[in-house]
Amino acid sequence: MQRGKGMKFVGDSRVPAEGRKPNIPKDYSEYPGKTEAFFPNFLLKEWMVGAVFLVGYLCLTVAHPSPLERMADPTDSGYIPLPDWYFLFLYQLLKYEYASGDFNVIGTVVIPGLAFGALLLAPWLDNGPERRASRRPIASALMFIGVLATVYLTWESVENHDWEAAAEQGQMLDEEEAELADQVDTEADGYQIYSDQGCIACHGDQLQGAGSAGPPLFDTQYDVETIKEIAVDGIGEMPPGQYDGSEEDLETLAQYIANGGSPDGGDETGGDDAEGEETAEDGEAEEETEE
Amino acid sequence: MLQRLYDWVDERLDITPLWRDIADHEVPEHVNPAHHFSAFVYCFGGLTFFIIVIQFLSGMFLTMYYVPDIVNAYESVKYLQGEVAFGMIVRGMHHWGASLVIVMVFLHTLRVFFTGAYKKPRELNWVVGVLMFFLLLGLGFTGYLLPWDMKAYFATVVGLQIAESVPVIGDLAKTLLAGDPEIIGAQTLTRFFAIHVFFLPGALLGLLAVHFIMIRRQGIAGPL
Repeated sequence: MQRGKGMKFVGDSRVPAEGRKPNIPKDYSEYPGKTEAFFPNFLLKEWMVGAVFLVGYLCLTVAHPSPLERMADPTDSGYIPLPDWYFLFLYQLLKYEYASGDFNVIGTVVIPGLAFGALLLAPWLDNGPERRASRRPIASALMFIGVLATVYLTWESVENHDWEAAAEQGQMLDEEEAELADQVDTEADGYQIYSDQGCIACHGDQLQGAGSAGPPLFDTQYDVETIKEIAVDGIGEMPPGQYDGSEEDLETLAQYIANGGSPDGGDETGGDDAEGEETAEDGEAEEETEE
Repeated sequence: MLQRLYDWVDERLDITPLWRDIADHEVPEHVNPAHHFSAFVYCFGGLTFFIIVIQFLSGMFLTMYYVPDIVNAYESVKYLQGEVAFGMIVRGMHHWGASLVIVMVFLHTLRVFFTGAYKKPRELNWVVGVLMFFLLLGLGFTGYLLPWDMKAYFATVVGLQIAESVPVIGDLAKTLLAGDPEIIGAQTLTRFFAIHVFFLPGALLGLLAVHFIMIRRQGIAGPL
């Protein structure tokens, strides 16, 4: 390539006016073997591989819509968490006795650090000239063990996870329930008490419940009297003494809940609201807890 | 016509060397599945790139609807999934692409390792590749929180707990990611959004460019 004085450029640019490479495709017959041009020959083949792959990919997308659970609720302390599958090996590693608790450093820093560090620095750890895997047995064996360990840990994690419980705990409300939750009147006095007394923490801001912390209340089958009892004495996992207020407010609250959070039960008419009758049946639902 | 257009541009910008690198270079026989079927293992890298391109495109479309705040994030994803035309497909591709890209990167890494392609003079390209693998894991971790549903939230809580338990830098790392030493909430979501949509993809684009420039400079490793 010509350099220095005497060079001519295109305008005031630094692109040489002469001596540019002519745009003539290379003659690939000079290369050894059956070499071919990337564009367009090989790219077309790659394109076909890509198309087949894309079809499989789209089938997966259509057959398995991406999951969406109910909205995040930080107060649901009973939720069993699970990371995405490609982090499961790390997650599982931290469950072993000598990689957690007092030995936490081993699980979080030492083992992953060594594994990923070795991966990053592989060219210098395995710096011989030999390329065939069979001729560098130590490097190949270590990689093989690493892959096996990752697969095993992922497998163990999948085995130990309660998939059914996990699917249940995250479920969204179905349409009917969502409608009921939507009808809950958050303006009513009953709702104010519901909120002030802390019922809201475990039974949700629309009486929809919060997973394992508290069941939904909008379709409770208990009558007003039972609800009053449960609020004070507790039931099942719900500890007693959750309600801490006046008798009058308790009545309003119980009416409100017995009515599935509708305004009729929650307004000022107090004691003798007739709407209570439609919910006067026994069921399995439980009552509110606090904080 | 096309040739004259090319010449016009080439005269001003001297694009022929660039054209050689992007399109008009040789593909050796040993990486071509048309000649040796077992050479399909050399497709993994290209397929990884293909999925990354899909992730960029589908992600760009997702941000047309997604709202990164704790009040609207979940509702916007639900709307996108349930109401928007093809929203389910676009979100599905982004969701499954996140898994597929890890699978393909893993296979690509194994291919490069077991063919010894990372040996001199290609050490630096291996390092860049491993760094991109870490970036993809980071993208997976930060993207998982964005729908703001139960599993997203609690997986992030656990992930940040693990980060916090690392000695010395743990607390700082958690605060950096979550935006607060204690609370995992509004700040965390916006930070994860920023990291997932700007920081990591930016870094990934840069490293991808370096990865490809190095391949063109050095060529593909020869047959074993």
